[in-house]
Amino acid sequence: MTDIRYLAPSTLDEAVRAFAAASGAARILAGGTDLLVQMRAGIAKPGTIIDIKKIPELTAIEDLGGGAYRIGAAVSGAVLAEHPTFRKAWPGVLEAVNLIGSKQVQGRASPGGNLCNGSPAGDSVPAMVAAGAVVTIQGPNGRRDLPVEKVPAGPGRTTLAPGEIVVAFTLPQRPKGSGDAYLRMIPRTEMDIAVVGMGVNLTMEGGVVKAARVGLGAVAPTVLLVEDAAKALIGTKLDDAALEAAAAACRAACKPINDKRGTIAYRIKVAGVLLKRTAAIAARRAGGN
Amino acid sequence: MSKIHVSTSVNGEPVEFLCDASASMLDALRGPLGLTGTKEGCGTGDCGACSITVDGRLVCSCLMLAVEAEGHEIATIEGMAQGETLHPLQRKFLEMAALQCGICTPGVLISARALLEKNPDPTEEEVRFGLAGNLCRCTGYDKIVRAVLETAAEMRETVR
Amino acid sequence: MNDMTNKWIGQRTIRPDGADKVTGRAQYSADFAMPGMIHAKMLRSPHAHARIRGIDTSKAEALPGVKAVVTAKDVVDFPLDKSVMLGIQDMRWMCRNVMAREKALFHGHPVAAVAAINEEVAAAACALIEVDYEVLPHVIEIEDAIKPDAPILHEWNKFEGKPSNIAGTMVLKTGDVEKGFAEADVVIERTFTSRPVHQGYIEPHACTVSYAADGRVTIWSSSQGQFMVRAMTSLLTGVPQSNIRAIPAEIGGGFGAKTIVYLEPIAVLLSKKSGRPVKMVMTRDEVQRATGPAPGSLSTVKIGARKDGTIVAAQGTFYLQAGALPGSPLRGPVGCSFAAYAIPNVLSVGYDVVSNRSKVAAYRAPGAPLGAFATECVLDEIAEKLGLDPLEMRLKNSAKAGDKAIYGPVFGEVTFKETVESILHHPHYKAPLDKNPSPGVKRGRGVASGFWYNAGGESSVQVNITEDGNVVVTTGHPDVGGSRASIANVVAELLGIDHSRVSVLIGDTMTIGFSNLTGGSRVTFASAMVATASTEKVIGQLKERAGKIWGIDAEAIKWEDGMALPAGDNAGKFPPLSLKELAAKANEMGGPIGTQVQLNTTGADPGFATHCVDVEVDVDLGIVRVLRYTAAQDVGRALHPGYVEGQIQGGVVQGIGWALSEEYLYDKNGRVDNASFLDYRMPVCSDVPMIDPVVIEIPNPKHPQGVRGVGEAPIVPPLAAIANAVHDALGKRFYALPMSPPRVSERLEQP
Repeated sequence: MTDIRYLAPSTLDEAVRAFAAASGAARILAGGTDLLVQMRAGIAKPGTIIDIKKIPELTAIEDLGGGAYRIGAAVSGAVLAEHPTFRKAWPGVLEAVNLIGSKQVQGRASPGGNLCNGSPAGDSVPAMVAAGAVVTIQGPNGRRDLPVEKVPAGPGRTTLAPGEIVVAFTLPQRPKGSGDAYLRMIPRTEMDIAVVGMGVNLTMEGGVVKAARVGLGAVAPTVLLVEDAAKALIGTKLDDAALEAAAAACRAACKPINDKRGTIAYRIKVAGVLLKRTAAIAARRAGGN
Repeated sequence: MSKIHVSTSVNGEPVEFLCDASASMLDALRGPLGLTGTKEGCGTGDCGACSITVDGRLVCSCLMLAVEAEGHEIATIEGMAQGETLHPLQRKFLEMAALQCGICTPGVLISARALLEKNPDPTEEEVRFGLAGNLCRCTGYDKIVRAVLETAAEMRETVR
Repeated sequence: MNDMTNKWIGQRTIRPDGADKVTGRAQYSADFAMPGMIHAKMLRSPHAHARIRGIDTSKAEALPGVKAVVTAKDVVDFPLDKSVMLGIQDMRWMCRNVMAREKALFHGHPVAAVAAINEEVAAAACALIEVDYEVLPHVIEIEDAIKPDAPILHEWNKFEGKPSNIAGTMVLKTGDVEKGFAEADVVIERTFTSRPVHQGYIEPHACTVSYAADGRVTIWSSSQGQFMVRAMTSLLTGVPQSNIRAIPAEIGGGFGAKTIVYLEPIAVLLSKKSGRPVKMVMTRDEVQRATGPAPGSLSTVKIGARKDGTIVAAQGTFYLQAGALPGSPLRGPVGCSFAAYAIPNVLSVGYDVVSNRSKVAAYRAPGAPLGAFATECVLDEIAEKLGLDPLEMRLKNSAKAGDKAIYGPVFGEVTFKETVESILHHPHYKAPLDKNPSPGVKRGRGVASGFWYNAGGESSVQVNITEDGNVVVTTGHPDVGGSRASIANVVAELLGIDHSRVSVLIGDTMTIGFSNLTGGSRVTFASAMVATASTEKVIGQLKERAGKIWGIDAEAIKWEDGMALPAGDNAGKFPPLSLKELAAKANEMGGPIGTQVQLNTTGADPGFATHCVDVEVDVDLGIVRVLRYTAAQDVGRALHPGYVEGQIQGGVVQGIGWALSEEYLYDKNGRVDNASFLDYRMPVCSDVPMIDPVVIEIPNPKHPQGVRGVGEAPIVPPLAAIANAVHDALGKRFYALPMSPPRVSERLEQP
């Protein structure tokens, strides 16, 4: 029988020390909605489980002003949804975080866990990528910041060094006229893994796109920042030609696989469709801000 | 293998139990705590039959470690009725035949209660999305949704 | 029967088992425990097809904490050359299904089982069992399995003289189809495919068993028939039936799939070997991987009609996936597909095809939805071609009383037309539908009908009057969806007492007489009939007692409103005697009051259903959603309307899943790729609309309350109704299920 240890440190230093000391045999527990499933299936066999929810920084939501927020990596989707101002500032990020699983799962699942699980289909990741979120990471060698898109390394893998823990996501200040949105294609209306996930973040001025970021999930080994799609949108009024160009850029960025959740052809097609729909919502929200 | 001692509160009463670090809250409820009203349909958070609330928040007990219950307040189906007085949702489910086999019912009731606590006047769509994490294979959901809507109306009336 | 003076029949009473079910007290199969109980796990085949050359369990047996190991050599063998049937199940296949014998025939096929002090030790011991496999080529799909060079699962099985994966056929025939097609103005022939779908009950299979020192066995498990559990366990373990007490736990859904056993015989063998009570619970992964789905199908249906819509000939060829062992439900599509119609020339043929997937089990109207999918879609196409309303065309061709059904009997009453007419005149069917509500969104409406045989069969019911004058009714049928509530209504009605005074429970195999499975839409029909007979006997006893007290003949006494009364003035004048008063005097007047009636019931007339559905298609994404659904069915008499409607609504939503999202996916190694509720996509609450049941009550004259079966027919029409609606929306026919977004999207790009 494997003798699993459970640790619930109250400081990040303790957590990092324990995580590093376990040299690969430990797993971080935030919401646990992936970890427990993997343990049950025998895919994850941790020697130590380090619960990071007792560390205040990991469960805090900070309004940094000017639309900027800092979200603890272990904040659950349900808690984020209850924040008084976040919903208005980053509706796309919030809807993405709250598409991770059912209401029950939202009571536990966190953006940090969603990112570190390394699934290309994680719902919060494309929205965070589109938002330009920066991830704060702490490890045995101290703290560092990394753009969120630099964290995933492939299915189930991240670029985190041994012993490193994701601490928080920082969403940047937003100019007036900004809006974001996240849409995903799933066969059912709920309780599915994204076949394609699309995050779009726009800043508009006088109906013209001034800045754009596009995050695309479930179509490649990692979530993608599709810069060509953003370029196709910037400087336009989101006319049909611009949207089609951005959709084409998204389709071109896809390197999907055939699997139980979707075919290559279908995923590529859907990436283009979702770009247009998501951009329209983001633009509407930008107009309202 | 040494077990971990956990002190928590279940349905308003202090309880203690021993568990392995890897045991889920569902394992603890159904095992040492003897509360088999919470059901396991999948063990992967996809059916909602094991729904409970932790400090009032809805979760799947199969996706939570038992050791995490330390110091928190757990509520299960066994605590929903007050003695012989059923919760309005429980009563309405019986009156409106909103259960057939009944295996999903404890989880559905816990979810529905959590939904109505947050949103006392939900639309049909809000009820449907609020209960999307609870699979029911018998009813086609129709009578469940109606029962939740009617209970909500009745509870609003009572409050007034 | 449709008597408005009924006090309880037709009322939405609170079910007798209700309070326990809403408070978490009801005990399902995994909720039992016994002192000293140990836990068992199955070792399952990692291969889709492999010969088992040997099994070495010595390391597993040596692991501390392991109490017993069982393999196929411990299970009673039923040699291949002699069929031993139990109901529709052949024990040759059942003994090989519960434990692989010569070969592992599908990924997940049990190969050995271990009982140990806990599940973790049992699982660790399973990993120590060494199985010497000779891996063989596997075959999954029907098209591949029937090819001449396909890997053969069972070398002994011959079809047309050669080893084959076709393990059985069924042919029904009337008239001359060639002649019929020659007379037709329109002939349409189409081929349809569908994937296996799982019944999807939320409760995984589980049991706790005790093999006691005296050889007596107690089994707590949930099933659709405790007597089936007893019989199969007896046959597979050699324990006589008289020594097996099978206690029915509350059942967390079955839909047909819990009409066979997977765990109980193995747990009994483990308990016998270990001397300890044994608990065995499947995981969801095991349920999805290794318990019966409904078959996938490959069907070709050809229908010929005259210009006026009269069908002159119909031919159906239905290949059904049996899974690894023979026994797919051929009588579903072969017998039901054309049964609602009066067609002079019919040829309906079914083939039972084995392949390396788990053995199929019954699922609501077994096989019939697959036949209806093909037939009702072809009918829709013919109606379209002839410019006829599809419902009018069904009316025109409806079978009628006195017609000889293709499956044998002469129809008594046929209430098909009534279901079609109720949809034809329903506001839903008449409501305008905006077919292009917004860019990229299309809507459509479809209809389809369905037929199911319904069934009678053996049933036992005890009615006992308690000393305080109340009533305990015991039936032998597990209650899957409210049958106790219906029986309580019937008994309260007949006795003329308040519903709350009647308790209904399910007896175990030692406390109630033999009762056949809960399935085939038979239980409310059969048990209400037998409960009526039983209650009438009790009323006879009560009249006799009153007669003794009054010193008059029992014939001169009537029973009304829960009291014995003189039948008329001639009988004399006596104050009425209530049930309570008679119960109080029971012992001095002849002893306890109560009886058990056991019957093999007959007279279950068939069930007909007609459905109408509106769908909306997101054209760019290929997503189909159901907007509105109306389901009309003749139920005979709704003893408890709430649970009758529930059967219809539940069956429809299962049909929606079958049509749109559910399917078994296999990887190239022949392993189920979506053995979870996450990826086996059953409809969730937000996927479906309200389901409007139109409950038609034309009493069955052969039943005391007029009951027909209800549970099966509602799942027959949805596949075709939805396919027809999608066609109405998109102008394209869909011949393959499920109509999942990638499939719809791909089809839209085809001409």
